[in-house]
Amino acid sequence: MLAAEWSEHCSYKSSKKHLRILPTTGPNVIVEKGYDSGVLDVGDGYVVTVHIESHNHPSAVEPFGGAATGVGGVIRDILSTGTRPIALFDGLRFGNIEDDVHARWLFKNAVAGIADYGNCLGIPTIGGEVEFDTCYKNYALVDVAAVGFGKKSKLIKNHANTGDFVLLIGGSTGRDGVGGSQFASDALEGEDRSAVQIPDPFIEKLIIEAILEARDKKCINAMKDLGGGGLSCAISETAESLGIGIELDVENVHLRELDLSPDEIMISESQERMLVITSPKKFSKINQICKKFRIQCSMIGKVKKDKMMHVKKGKKTLALLPADFVARGPLVDRQKSKPKYLSNITSSPKKKIKKSFSNILLHLLSSPNIASKHWVFRQYDHEVGIRTVIKPGFDSSVLRLDNGKSLSVKIDGNPKHCYLNPRHGAIGCFEEACRNVVCTGAKPIGMVDHLQFGNPEDPEIFWTFMESIEGITDYAKSMKIPCVGGKVSFYNETSNGPIKPTPVIGVLGLIEKSPLLPLPPTENDVVVLLGETKDELGGSEYYEYIHNFIGGTVPQVDIPTSKKNMTSVLSLISKKLVKNVHDCSKGGLAVALSELCIFGKVGCNVNLKNVSGMSFEESLFSESHSRYLLVVEKKNIRSIKKLLSKNKCSFSQIGIFSGDQIIFTTATKPILKLRVDKAENLYLNSLERIIQNG
Amino acid sequence: MKVGVIVFPGSNCDRDMYHVLTDVFNLKAEFFWHEKSLPKNIDAIVLPGGFSYGDRLRAGVIAANSPIISDVKKMAGHGIPILGVCNGFQILVESGLLPGVLLKNESLNFMCEWTNLIVKNNKTPFTNKLKLNQKIPIPIANGEGRYYVDKETLNQLKKNNQIVFSYENKVNGSVSQIAGVCNKDGNVVGMMPHPERAAEKEINQIDHKPSSLIFESLIETIGVKN
Repeated sequence: MLAAEWSEHCSYKSSKKHLRILPTTGPNVIVEKGYDSGVLDVGDGYVVTVHIESHNHPSAVEPFGGAATGVGGVIRDILSTGTRPIALFDGLRFGNIEDDVHARWLFKNAVAGIADYGNCLGIPTIGGEVEFDTCYKNYALVDVAAVGFGKKSKLIKNHANTGDFVLLIGGSTGRDGVGGSQFASDALEGEDRSAVQIPDPFIEKLIIEAILEARDKKCINAMKDLGGGGLSCAISETAESLGIGIELDVENVHLRELDLSPDEIMISESQERMLVITSPKKFSKINQICKKFRIQCSMIGKVKKDKMMHVKKGKKTLALLPADFVARGPLVDRQKSKPKYLSNITSSPKKKIKKSFSNILLHLLSSPNIASKHWVFRQYDHEVGIRTVIKPGFDSSVLRLDNGKSLSVKIDGNPKHCYLNPRHGAIGCFEEACRNVVCTGAKPIGMVDHLQFGNPEDPEIFWTFMESIEGITDYAKSMKIPCVGGKVSFYNETSNGPIKPTPVIGVLGLIEKSPLLPLPPTENDVVVLLGETKDELGGSEYYEYIHNFIGGTVPQVDIPTSKKNMTSVLSLISKKLVKNVHDCSKGGLAVALSELCIFGKVGCNVNLKNVSGMSFEESLFSESHSRYLLVVEKKNIRSIKKLLSKNKCSFSQIGIFSGDQIIFTTATKPILKLRVDKAENLYLNSLERIIQNG
Repeated sequence: MKVGVIVFPGSNCDRDMYHVLTDVFNLKAEFFWHEKSLPKNIDAIVLPGGFSYGDRLRAGVIAANSPIISDVKKMAGHGIPILGVCNGFQILVESGLLPGVLLKNESLNFMCEWTNLIVKNNKTPFTNKLKLNQKIPIPIANGEGRYYVDKETLNQLKKNNQIVFSYENKVNGSVSQIAGVCNKDGNVVGMMPHPERAAEKEINQIDHKPSSLIFESLIETIGVKN
């Protein structure tokens, strides 16, 4: 039990100290004892809950089951606060699917696993990201975030009284997932499939409905999901957070296979199980609810005064430990030192590419990291729940809430930037997620982070972790965006070494009135570029995908500019002066503009002398932050310029939508010319074509 | 006038359907758990979408043997309007109330996307306010939505005017691009696409009016609330 609870996965022994630097309070944040997810007040008596988790090791071995159980776990964290899960987001990362069949297999099956689980539950998967990089060869990062919604008055205020019953509700306990947390806290060597849990979304759906009914009938005093570390972890953490003791009898746990030993019962990570504490007089009611849904409910123990975790088998005591001793694993200090590879980075590729800009753009639009992810989100039911106002495929998806407001959510990561500059890369991911929700008219109100790194015992890796978390903290503090949840995942090592630093940031934005529904640009609309394009091609898709070059200067967020541009976009949207706002990120201006043209099935003529980059390459492909493309009707252009000038923003009117070609010109002649239909075909179908090849 | 919304273990569009019936169209509605029996004062029945019994064995087949289905069959015999959406359609087919079967999509994948329906029969309780050949923009979301009947049954369906909706384009490999059918009497209708996901302006920015007419047809049939 101690091995499970004190594993890196459960105890955060390397990171806990450092995570404390993140700001966690704010006007919307609600804190309660023992919550596994963040709670944000969205007004009118309603709350939104959010949590993020990953299931990397399991998904790298068994992608379907690993990804599916990742979804299941994060949903139960949302449920345990007493809110209904209303949306899922997933961030997926694999090796290079263009030439790696194994990566393709992992990708296809992880998507299928998420689809199978989320669709069956009727929780829409409405957004996320997919990225491919050779650093994930033979590995997979599967991050899942879930959002819940409910009445503030119905939140479970975790508490327990001496003599309360401790119940285990849901699926039976079996040998699957035994030792899963230790497995996840080690570099992936063998393929230990028995450490991967088996998903059953049908039981999860019944648990959701049963728990919510029990919540309505006020049967639940305290509740916790059984995740990593199984029963052992859930019992000790609950006892510790509530300051109580729990005595339980392993003979009362309902089992899938009868010959399970007591220690296997305590650390099995079988899925779809909830720990519930109820008062004795409510026991028959909760039992009746479980019977209605035909799920099992076992009374496994009782709440004691003594703050001890007491595990028995019949009358025999098997373990008697102070709960806080089990729950609070000893923390360790890790050494850090700046990685040597960072001093060998060169500034730009040596070789010139003999390709026209038109061909380069075409190539980028069909690259797996940039091409449309329609093939992925088409497999997810993203409409169920009838809240999805802005569907997947835009900058950020938007859900309507019962109080007339809307919630905009996006998760972003960028390992290419983070590898070259862990601090500014991490800040960039954060700003990008913020930009995306801002494009829908939402003000960021909270964030969750998921920090994924290699072995923390390596000082160089630990340095990258520290850089990232300090960067995220700086940005969160200056933007006043509280961190309401997060997770750290270390030991992400592949046969080729550690993964690139991969912090993933999820941002929640609130829209008081209605969101900006992105409209397609039409003939004669004007395109305005807000923000400065800088000499920042480092880690760009252009360098990595076209030049096969890792290096250069990574884009850096300038915090005052970031604030100024965000506020300006939000006021342009609230004044209804823009038709569409599109974030300028991966692939740079050329790709962002092409995406708008493809959406509107209309061409655009851009004069590069109005873009601030030093060379054509930088103007077209630099991934500088804090940039937005605004699609504006001619009649509004003057008001827009007035507002942006007043706010001292750097911007310029760069072109006009017309015709059927994407054209970039210098003062005298076009340097890039591409038919929109050709771009559209490649952009929309490339990913599916790669998948169909096996 | 009251609409019964039947809930099976694993139904997941029940609350969406209830919201649209009550909040959007001001109908009275009530949930009925699959083990309950249906009272006599029900004027229409909806079997919502979802994954009843986790789609085990075959989508809809276990739910089709639920206790409540015998009441549904009785009411179908009395001419009460019954609508099955998505998994509800699969259940109606599996219970024998509607002809045909629903197979895995041609793509072998779950498909969630917007498509256009064409109204083929506007004499049912759910289509009487729509025009023949009217287009309905609507989303589908299923893994087993490919409608199949043999040639002989297809001819029967055509003869009896039992094809209610067809897809405008090839979507999933359904026979004759069929998206929805009815029984011979026309009071039992099943469709794979989700009208409850398309009847509000906020979530259907293309055009929510055609889908609304499906619900307004029902109101036309059973009268407004009392």
